Amino acid sequence: MNDLTQAPVRDPAYNFAYLDEQTKRMIRRALLKAVAIPGYQVPFGGREMPLPYGWGTGGMQLTAAILGADDVLKVIDQGADDTTNAVSIRRFFARTAGVATTESTLHATVIQTRHRIPETPLQADQIMVYQVPIPEPLRFIEPSETETRTMHALNDYGVMHVKLYEDIATFGHIATSYAYPVMVDERYVMDPSPIPKFDNPKLDMSPALMLFGAGREKRLYAVPPYTQVISLDFEDHPFEAQKWEQCCAICGSRDSFLDELILDDAGTQSFVCSDTWYCAQRVKENNQ
Amino acid sequence: MYVAVKGGEQAIDNAHRLLAKKRRGDTAITELGVEQIRQQLPLAVARVMSEGSLYDEELAALAIKQAAGDLVEAIFLLRAYRTTLPRFSPSVPIDTAQMVLSRRLSATFKDVPGGQLLGPTFDYTHRLLDFALLADGEYPGPQTTETTLEPCPRVLGLLAKEGLIKNESDDTGSVADITRDPLEYPASRAQRLQALARGDEGFLLALGYSTQRGYGRNHPFAGEIRIGDVEVWIDPEELGFPVCLGSIEVTECEMVNQFVGSGTELAQFTRGYGLAFGHAERKAMGMALVDRSLRAAEFNEEVVSPAQQEEFVLAHCDNVEAAGFVSHLKLPHYVDFQSELELIRKLRQPAEGTCHE
Repeated sequence: MNDLTQAPVRDPAYNFAYLDEQTKRMIRRALLKAVAIPGYQVPFGGREMPLPYGWGTGGMQLTAAILGADDVLKVIDQGADDTTNAVSIRRFFARTAGVATTESTLHATVIQTRHRIPETPLQADQIMVYQVPIPEPLRFIEPSETETRTMHALNDYGVMHVKLYEDIATFGHIATSYAYPVMVDERYVMDPSPIPKFDNPKLDMSPALMLFGAGREKRLYAVPPYTQVISLDFEDHPFEAQKWEQCCAICGSRDSFLDELILDDAGTQSFVCSDTWYCAQRVKENNQ
Repeated sequence: MYVAVKGGEQAIDNAHRLLAKKRRGDTAITELGVEQIRQQLPLAVARVMSEGSLYDEELAALAIKQAAGDLVEAIFLLRAYRTTLPRFSPSVPIDTAQMVLSRRLSATFKDVPGGQLLGPTFDYTHRLLDFALLADGEYPGPQTTETTLEPCPRVLGLLAKEGLIKNESDDTGSVADITRDPLEYPASRAQRLQALARGDEGFLLALGYSTQRGYGRNHPFAGEIRIGDVEVWIDPEELGFPVCLGSIEVTECEMVNQFVGSGTELAQFTRGYGLAFGHAERKAMGMALVDRSLRAAEFNEEVVSPAQQEEFVLAHCDNVEAAGFVSHLKLPHYVDFQSELELIRKLRQPAEGTCHE
């Protein structure tokens, strides 16, 4: 399950990793800009991909732009390698780029993800590619792109703090549980993509390069390795990640993000790791 | 074990086989040919070419067949193919005044130089189901007489000669390509028109209609609608002279809209512009109405209605983007939902406490 699969034969009908070289070069240029300005949303000439918008076209374009023949690709959706969309994207690159794929977080050089960061700590030579639906963290406070770009330019994030304050006034907590906004390198407020806030601390000073791609919105951004990423909060209401009273029903982990399963009509709950490779590794270690 | 959204490769393969079966239907019935679709569903082909931004009748017909008649899906197929094509050269602007007309009408003048030409249209048909088509019927061909079409100058050009309509001038700058460069706001009119030309017919129709009902009213008249074949020329640098690539069928609509004027400027009509591949009047008219309403700021009109708001219209008119993002709700979201569950339970704790007291 966790071993490297042999590099498959590439479909010669398409250019390596599907996109033409000009397009990949354009995306790489935009990525360089994004890395140079951590957290800043760079507009790029997003192309139509043969998968629907909203299904990871932004992430796929970034992966296509950075993939080399020797890379080993892991694709996860909701933390799992075997969810249908992860399977579909992994197959796409196996077919068009002929790269080896893996479920192992340790062996992967590029990890494309939707909604999770793996539990296994990332390493310095790895690149995470996030699929982003709405790149603008201020979008639901201010729908106009013209306005929000100005707010970013002026470092004017008062509305965001007001929104978080209003949550506390209404609910007693900051009522955001995923896509929780972060401040990158003390300059740009950034949407970390719809990862649970549980994963936010993994972004801070990570040794891996983090790339974010929004295909429909035609924006990309980046967090370079070892960059400060702080989840927004208040001194008297500090940021807090989710915690579970239960442990994983399969591997017994108390430190991982758990998915809730409903087992029967009576609503009996069970909790299991969302990161399937991490869970399987732990089972293997426990059996040894 | 939870398997509802897992199941991997085999499930996907089988789903695709089931889809192929659904598309084919009863195999006792002759399979639909791509050429039949191209010849007998030309208006569907036209819509797929317009919103797919690729003029290729055969591929559009293939896309319609493959999509089992779902035109938005067919548009998506054509778009995904289009991205893989190299771009050789921009064309010289098409000259619709030189169009070989199959239909032309103006609602603003009883008669215009060159005359009105009804052509093939649903207008004035009674919408009664023609049961004769249930049987393989023969159709009565049109009566033909030898006539030659007189030159048909564009109707709005006649108004422009008198200075009654605002001149549209070419700024001769290079034209951005929204399929290559991301749209940024405020967009130029060229970018806006590109986005509208690719925009969903239903969305533009509804927005155009909303302006007629008072949400950003701009008093439209159908100045001229013309449908016909027009030549496409390119001017390659290495040749130094333009060459003709062939001709395409287009529908063009120019709306005459409410006039503007001020103490210093004489009153003039304004216009909205619509253009679509093939025979596509509804699309071209909707587009022209929305183009004009998006010019509100340019004419110092108050921007209050949806059809006048550039970001709202341009960010939401593309049906491939819209369909994709709506359909992605079918993807698993259980990590986010788990986070919400945890939060809502936490938020309810104090409330439940006070209830029991």
